[in-house]
Amino acid sequence: MNVSHELKMEPKTNFVQEAKSLVKFNIREYGMYIALFVIMLIFSILTDGLFMSSRNISNLLDATGYIAVLAVGMTLVIVIRHIDLSVGFAAGFMGAIAAILLTQAGVPIWLIIPIVLVLGIAAGMINGFLVASLGIPSFVASLAGMLIFRGALLRVTEKTGTIIIKDEDFNAIGNGYIPAISTVGGLSLLSLILGVVAIVLYILSEVSNRRNKLKYGFEVVSGGIFAVKLVFVSAIIAYITWIIAGYNGFSWTVVIMVFVVLVYHFLSTKTVLGRHIYAVGSNPEAAHLSGINVKKITYIVFGSMGLLSALSGILFTSRLQSATTTAGTLFELDAIAAAYVGGVSAAGGVGKVTGSIIGAIVMASLTSGMNLLGVGISYQYMIRGAVLAAAVIFDVITRRKRG
Amino acid sequence: MSSYILEMNGISKEFTGVKALTDVSFKVGRGEIHCLVGENGAGKSTLMKVLSGVHPHGTYKGEIVFDGKPQAFETISDSVKAGIVIIYQELALFPDLSVYENIFAGNEVKRGALMDWNQTIVKAKQMLRKVKLDVGPETPVKDLGVGKQQLVEIAKALSKDVKLLILDEPTAALNENDSENLLQLLRELKKQGITCIMISHKLKEVISIADKATVLRDGRTICTLDAAKGEISENVIIRNMVGREIEDIYPKRANKRFGDKVLEIRNWTAYDPQAGRNVVTDANLHVRRGEIVGIAGLMGSGRTELALSIFGNPKSYKLQGELLVNGAPRTFRLPGDAIREGIAYVTEDRKGNGLFLIQDIKSNLSAANLGKLASGGWINENEEIKAAFRYKESLNVKAPSIEQIVGKLSGGNQQKVSLGKWLFAGPQLLILDEPTRGIDVGAKFEIYSIMNELIAQGMSIIMISSELGEVLGMSDRIYIMAEGRIKGELPAEEADQEKIMHFATQ
Repeated sequence: MNVSHELKMEPKTNFVQEAKSLVKFNIREYGMYIALFVIMLIFSILTDGLFMSSRNISNLLDATGYIAVLAVGMTLVIVIRHIDLSVGFAAGFMGAIAAILLTQAGVPIWLIIPIVLVLGIAAGMINGFLVASLGIPSFVASLAGMLIFRGALLRVTEKTGTIIIKDEDFNAIGNGYIPAISTVGGLSLLSLILGVVAIVLYILSEVSNRRNKLKYGFEVVSGGIFAVKLVFVSAIIAYITWIIAGYNGFSWTVVIMVFVVLVYHFLSTKTVLGRHIYAVGSNPEAAHLSGINVKKITYIVFGSMGLLSALSGILFTSRLQSATTTAGTLFELDAIAAAYVGGVSAAGGVGKVTGSIIGAIVMASLTSGMNLLGVGISYQYMIRGAVLAAAVIFDVITRRKRG
Repeated sequence: MSSYILEMNGISKEFTGVKALTDVSFKVGRGEIHCLVGENGAGKSTLMKVLSGVHPHGTYKGEIVFDGKPQAFETISDSVKAGIVIIYQELALFPDLSVYENIFAGNEVKRGALMDWNQTIVKAKQMLRKVKLDVGPETPVKDLGVGKQQLVEIAKALSKDVKLLILDEPTAALNENDSENLLQLLRELKKQGITCIMISHKLKEVISIADKATVLRDGRTICTLDAAKGEISENVIIRNMVGREIEDIYPKRANKRFGDKVLEIRNWTAYDPQAGRNVVTDANLHVRRGEIVGIAGLMGSGRTELALSIFGNPKSYKLQGELLVNGAPRTFRLPGDAIREGIAYVTEDRKGNGLFLIQDIKSNLSAANLGKLASGGWINENEEIKAAFRYKESLNVKAPSIEQIVGKLSGGNQQKVSLGKWLFAGPQLLILDEPTRGIDVGAKFEIYSIMNELIAQGMSIIMISSELGEVLGMSDRIYIMAEGRIKGELPAEEADQEKIMHFATQ
């Protein structure tokens, strides 16, 4: 949200004008939300509401999870002007490691998850070393990593083929739901409570934020706009909660996804580390001369990408309840596409974690909606390609307009 | 046919309101070596760009007569066709290609539609003999030293049937030996009837080689000196190059008091592994509290390299010598180390490596010291906004809001943001590299006033500048650099433009 913080207030305009200028100023950011809304609306009409049914939305979000966490990490990688092609098979390989530890070594699940995540960080650090310390272009370094992980995945699954996982706790990560406790009119109670808590936390944080700004004497949006925004966002959270509560409630995948997005959102916008990442992306040389350790930042971003690859691998393996020899194929390109649809710029320094999540959901919605409509897979690829191109064209045009 | 190969008459060129050239006339006789001299920004390069078609016909006023015919060059290739070739200071070679490929790049020897490589190599060998360069034509250019690369450029020019060869500071990056070789070659070429224009800052070279020398100042022709009449001497050139009063645009500073040495370097040498030479050699320099130290020198004299080698060595030079901050020896591995010791460096290239152009004023101002606004890594955004307001007001940055994208500000306002970024870091020593380059007079005055204010608060400043007026008007003490060495040190009272130029052109 981009609100002018000038002390000198512009002449007060009326509600509609203020809303219009806000939309105009933030069109790039709102564009994606509007696109998602339009896509959902079209599919709802075409499928007679089937698209927005509890079951479909719930499945759609669960199917997005393992791409969404990759897209979050990829956003930061692209922001610092790099790319990581190794994440797909890295996820596949990490998932296989988890499956082997679980089924063959008998390691308890509470130990497996940290082990695999640390392995992921280590793998990311190797990329970081190649890119930051040796100066190898990230495209090449991570292409090599992609081949190596692909081979490693085949190697560990060679003897057994697909590794079937029977551990119910592990499989719950990708298929289970948070306990309902009780149901209210067929809706999961705990999910409803979570939704209400989210709304309350959201309103409290917005209000305290506004109060703080007023205390400092900064300009804020008018009370009317503020109220509309609160009601609007709360309504969206309530609606999503209501839909999801109607079909088993929140899945563990969605909980993990929301957690990752929140952590990375705050990390990238509110912390020194996050600001340094964007500084490196927007001008690496200036960042270096501003005392920012560019190498360290590169290591951190690639390390975080590795961590999220491992998480993605766990989510995917758990969802399939097995580790397969081809797990992770093309995940990296789906994640990159989601990031670009979400407004990341290849030139570096621009792009939000929240945008990439919306991008991932847009792509998943297209798949889901077209599946419901029975669109052939050949057309599905073409349409998704066209949407990706359209998103980037929109981005380029709005950027040119605003200079 | 006239005895002049080139006549430029009444050339005027304007860049959006700034007059770069005013009614310049420049005449070069057939078969002579003609040097073009003047301070940085005097208009030498612009004049050569007009001549070579970089600034196409129609974007300037005046006429160009070359080889007896009036010319209207639209592009560089037009001027090349007419027989004019420029060799720029930054060589335009392909480092990974061989010598013969470079010589005939853009001028390929073909048989039908295909390259005739054998013929290319034969011809390349002839060219190499002409420039007395004894290397195999297959050698990749990157394996040659700068001096030899320069010769490859000249060979390339000769392969195009050049009549007028223009060299823009050809010896700036060369050592003495290579420079002497190059000058010798120019004399040889002259015997073969090739006319040559050379832009140079090194007056000794000018005196040794020039038949004629034209002095430009502030975009005007001051005079053309003739060696045959004994007119070319160092004193005459310098007097004509500077000859202007310092206008009263430098705000005065009351009661100067200097404290202890804030920074000192002793026997400081920086070797640049990429260039393969010392960019700074055996420099000794100190700055006291409350002092403005000017560093003068021409472009390429090693001033920026000296500043970078002090400021945490971001270019990874190999350093020798001692660096003391407040009397204690220090070693900086990264710029961050220097910043922690209270040293700040405002770069000469604010767009290239100073600012985050796609970010807003607020984020730029806080970039070098975010830690000050954060607790536990968490940024207090409201404090950041408050600080941004304070600096925007106190530096008088003209912008509608602190969320204005910095790339859209004017040069002067960008420079203020760049300065503000470092003031926010709270330094004790500020290194300013060309602090007023490319900004208008009003903004310059503001920057000078800010500098004086900072000194009054107990800060120290090193100011690197190509503008002699600025160096003389603002500094308490002046070091003059040339070829990576500190050639002289002058207290402000004793310094004048002639003295500085003497050191700078050594």
